[in-house]
Amino acid sequence: MIRSYNAKMIYNLYIFDKTGKLLFYTEWNRFKQSGMSRNEEGKLMYGMLFSLKNFVTKISPYDMKQGFLCFKTNKYALHFMETPSGLKFVLNTDISAQKVREILQQLYNNVYVNYVTRNPIHNLQDSIKSELFKSKLNSFMKQTHIYLSK
Amino acid sequence: MIVYSVYIVSKSGGLIFNYDHTVSKVEVEQTFSYPLEFKLVNENKRVIVSFGQRDGIIVGHVLMSVNGISLTGQQLDDGKDVFEVLENSENYPVSLKFGRPKMTTNEKIFLASMFYPLFAIASQLSPEPKSSGIEILETDTFKLHCFQTLTGVKFMVVAEPTDIKLDVLLNRIYELYADYVLKNPFYSLEMPIRCELFDQNLQLLLEQVEKSGLANI
Repeated sequence: MIRSYNAKMIYNLYIFDKTGKLLFYTEWNRFKQSGMSRNEEGKLMYGMLFSLKNFVTKISPYDMKQGFLCFKTNKYALHFMETPSGLKFVLNTDISAQKVREILQQLYNNVYVNYVTRNPIHNLQDSIKSELFKSKLNSFMKQTHIYLSK
Repeated sequence: MIVYSVYIVSKSGGLIFNYDHTVSKVEVEQTFSYPLEFKLVNENKRVIVSFGQRDGIIVGHVLMSVNGISLTGQQLDDGKDVFEVLENSENYPVSLKFGRPKMTTNEKIFLASMFYPLFAIASQLSPEPKSSGIEILETDTFKLHCFQTLTGVKFMVVAEPTDIKLDVLLNRIYELYADYVLKNPFYSLEMPIRCELFDQNLQLLLEQVEKSGLANI
């Protein structure tokens, strides 16, 4: 696969419910698999986020409002958003991506609420299998400023 | 540029150095009438708010004093039990001081060793090959910058949330570590750092950063 290393990119998205169940996973660009099943990977990711949240509230010099927002390594950035109902959105992008939080908020408001919460035959505890949600999510991501396929 | 604290974690994950530069004080003192609208519990030898919220006092804050008398555990310094005092309506109105709990040394050691696996998992879950661990951790109240040396020692700086890259500062701290800790003949690797010169120079460096930014260090 040929690609330029400085390209703006969205890697993948995880959605967890408040109990830590992986409701939804999708990837646009992923160049390394973690070497475990999706379910296991979800558990590891949730475990990391759970500990990070704990870590962050303890080490913070002041009382927090939103808490943990994102972290960056030298290769990727992980952005995190939690709704008041405990639903967690995790989006991995390249490190140069800006204002990803707003995208996550829009994703929740415009895509998740419209096509998952308002779906009468969907049970909120179940993983999301709706094709409509998938396609709307895809088109939503493709029109964001950080999306660029290789 | 405000730097809150600096941590150094050895390659095996233990905290070997910690320095709190800017100490943030979150304290609220208020007069309350009976009945108290908070639910207090004794947790880890501290009296903590477990339910209720008012004027900046939130769940998780610690009760620091009652009518100006400070307390240890759940006992006031004049010998009374804090829960008995607060249950009795005759003692009201009462002035209570709440504050954000300060981290104890034990908690710091615990947190520093907690960062190690998070750092490792972040690189394992990377969608790109050959990713490093966490370099910058962002929250709404602070930003944590981490630098790992080739030998695996981690330097962490907790600073205010700005877009400025702190690489220069971390490199300077590494330099100080190399100069005043590693070259100290009485220092053995992996052990807690107790070097006066290192403390002094680090303090000097952080004061400089606070006054004039990162431009001339």
